[in-house]
Amino acid sequence: MAKGRILIEEALCKGCELCTTVCPKDLIEIAPDRFTPKGYHPAILVDPGRDCTGCAICSVICPEAAITVYRMTAAPVRAAA
Amino acid sequence: MTEMVETLIYQRPDSLQMVHTHYCPGCTHGVAHRLIAEVLDEMDIRPITIGVAPVGCSVFAYNYFNVDFAEAAHGRAPAMATGLKRVSPDKIVFTYQGDGDLASIGAAEILHVAGRGENITTIFINNAIYGMTGGQMAPTTLPGQRTTSTPLGRDVEVHGMPLKMCEVLSQLDGSAYVVRRSLHDVPNIRRAKKAIRAAFEVQQKALGFSMVELLSSCPTNWGLPPQESLDWIKDHMLPAFPLGDYKVHPALAVDGG
Amino acid sequence: MTLELLEGNTAFAEAAVRAGCQAYFGYPITPQTEALEHMARRMPELGRVFLQAESEVAAINMVYGAACAGVRVMTSSSSPGVSLMMEGLSYIAGSEVPVVVVDVMRGGPGLGNIAPSQGDYNQMVKGGGHGDYKQIVLAPATVQELIDMTYEAFDLAEKYRCITVVLTDGNLGQMMEPAELPPMQAVRSKADRPAWALTGADGRPPNVISSIYIDPVIEEAFNRKLMAKQAEIEANEVRFREFMLEDAELAIVAFGTAGRISQSAIRAARGEGIRVGLLRPVSLYPYPYARVAALAEQVRAILVVEMNGGQMVDDVRLAVQGRVPVEFYGRMGGVTPLPEEILDQIHRLRAFQPAAR
Repeated sequence: MAKGRILIEEALCKGCELCTTVCPKDLIEIAPDRFTPKGYHPAILVDPGRDCTGCAICSVICPEAAITVYRMTAAPVRAAA
Repeated sequence: MTEMVETLIYQRPDSLQMVHTHYCPGCTHGVAHRLIAEVLDEMDIRPITIGVAPVGCSVFAYNYFNVDFAEAAHGRAPAMATGLKRVSPDKIVFTYQGDGDLASIGAAEILHVAGRGENITTIFINNAIYGMTGGQMAPTTLPGQRTTSTPLGRDVEVHGMPLKMCEVLSQLDGSAYVVRRSLHDVPNIRRAKKAIRAAFEVQQKALGFSMVELLSSCPTNWGLPPQESLDWIKDHMLPAFPLGDYKVHPALAVDGG
Repeated sequence: MTLELLEGNTAFAEAAVRAGCQAYFGYPITPQTEALEHMARRMPELGRVFLQAESEVAAINMVYGAACAGVRVMTSSSSPGVSLMMEGLSYIAGSEVPVVVVDVMRGGPGLGNIAPSQGDYNQMVKGGGHGDYKQIVLAPATVQELIDMTYEAFDLAEKYRCITVVLTDGNLGQMMEPAELPPMQAVRSKADRPAWALTGADGRPPNVISSIYIDPVIEEAFNRKLMAKQAEIEANEVRFREFMLEDAELAIVAFGTAGRISQSAIRAARGEGIRVGLLRPVSLYPYPYARVAALAEQVRAILVVEMNGGQMVDDVRLAVQGRVPVEFYGRMGGVTPLPEEILDQIHRLRAFQPAAR
C-alpha cells in the first residue's frame, strides 16, 4: 500500500511541469489528453506501483500551491484515561 | 502492528485566496507568494497583516493574499508602508516588490526605509528583467543579457553594471536583516522560506528593516521553459548575485538566527 | 475669544493638530517649512506621528499609506514640491481616501523663487495629477481663514472621501496676524476607524484599497462615481465672500492675497466715488460660477486680479459668457501687487461702457 498520495487541484495547475522534474520517484506526468478550465495540460500522479512516499517535495516547487499531500503515519497513541 | 492513518502533510495555505493567478506557468512569483502565505499561517499573523502591492507582474497581489492590501504607485510601496506602519505599529506591514519597482524608480524609497530602520518587511523579487511591461532591461539585468531594450545584450559601457541591492541596503544602520536567497530548486526554496520567516520575526521584534531578496525566474521574457529558467538562475544569476546573509542584527544571532 | 499673534504656517499646522490630525509627513521647502518644524515639535509631544520624508514624492505616499489606515493625515508643501506630489494625489483621488494638503505657493515655474505667487491655481483646481478627478480647493486670505479652512478641511475630506487642498501663498504663510485657534480634538480611536480602512482582516474579509480597475467598463463606472461625488460637492460646498458689492457697477474677482489687496484698492476707489466691489471666491473648486454669472448681470465690467499670468480669469470668463468685458491684471514671478496698481486698473475699468445689446 502506498505510503503517500497527492491531489493536484486542476483548476489551479498551469502545467508548468516543475513538479514532474523534482519527484524523486518520477510519479508525476503531464496528462496529454486533458485540459484544465484555463486550457493547460494538468500534472497528474501516475502511481501504479503505489510508490509515492508523501515526501511533499512536489508541493515545495509548485508555484500554484495546487498540490495537497497525504502520508500514512503511525496513529497517535491515546493516553490512558 | 502499529496502526497507520492517512495524515495531511501539506495543503495550500489559508493566507492565499483560492483563486487562479495570472502569473505565467512556472513563474516563481507563485512560489514566493506561497512561502509568504505559509509563514503568515504558521506565525498566525494573517489577521494583523497588511500588504503593499507594487507595480509590476505582482500588481494584483492583493487578489491573491487573504490579507488587507494597498496598491502603491510604482516604487512607492516602502513609503506607503511607512505611513501604514507609523500609524498602526501593532500591525505587520510588508511590501512585495520587483526589480524595477524596488531598484529603479523606487531606489530612494527603499534606501530610506532601510536608513530609517522602518519596522517593515520587504520581499524583493529579482528576476533580472521587467516582466509586466514585456521584458525590458532592469537595474538587475546581467551584462550581455538580451532584453527588449538591450536587444544586443546589456552593454555595461552604456548602462553600467547590475545593482546589487542586498549589498547596498545592508550597509545602512537601520537594516536589521538583509539576505539573499533563491527559488531555483527545492533545497533553496526551503531556505528561502526560513529567511522569510526570520524577516517577519524581525518585524515582530521591532529590530528594524528586514528584506529577503529572492532570485526568481521569468520564463516568458527570458524565452525559456520553466525548468530551464530555474537552471538559468543557478548558472547565471547566482554568480552575479551571491546568496548569503548580508546583514543580521546581533539580537538575531544570539537567538540562533 | 482669545486672539494670539500667529504666523500663518505655524497657525495652519496647529489648526491641523487641533482638528485631530494624527500624522504629518512632509519635506522642507520655503516658504512653508515653519509648518513642518511646528509639527516636528508638536506631534511627538502629543504622541502622534511626525516624519520628515526623503522627498515630497515619499511624503505624499506616506500620507497615502496612513490615509489607507483610516486616520486623519496631512502634508504641506510649496509649488515645486507640490509638483512632485501630483502622482500621489492622482492615486489618492483614485482610491477615495481622505487627505488634506496645504500648498503655500511661490514664484515659478521650475525652481522659481521663494516669494509668494498664485501660480498653482490651474494645477490644483483643474487637477495636476493625471486622469479625471477634482479636489476641494479652499483659498484663505487671512491667517484666521487659513486656520478655519485647515481645521474644516479634514471634515470635508472625510465627508466626501476626497482630497481637500488649502491653497495659499508665501504672504499668508509668513505673515503674523491676530487670530484664534480652535479647540483641540482627540485623534480617532482605533475602534472608530472607518470600515473600509486597512486595519487587519481579523474576523472580516480583506479590505483592498487601490486605484486600478483593469477593465475599462468598470473603470468608467468608477469615474462616473467620482463625477457623482463631484456633483454633490458642487451642490453643497460653494463658498465666496463679498465686499462692497451691493451697489457696485464694477467688480473685481480675486482670490486669496490678491483679493485681500484688492479690498484696499476698493476702499481707495470708493473714496473717489467709484462704485466698485469685490467678489472673493473662497472655494476654487467648487468654483462659484453661478455667483459670478449673476455678477455679470449687475456690473458693467469685471477685473480679475491674480498673482499669476491669468489662470482663474478663465473660470470668470466661463461664467460671464461674454456678457460684460472681463479684464485681467496679474503680477508674476513672486511679485505681490500694491493697492495703487489695482486702483490704476479700476480707473481703467471705469472707462468701459456696456456693449450695445
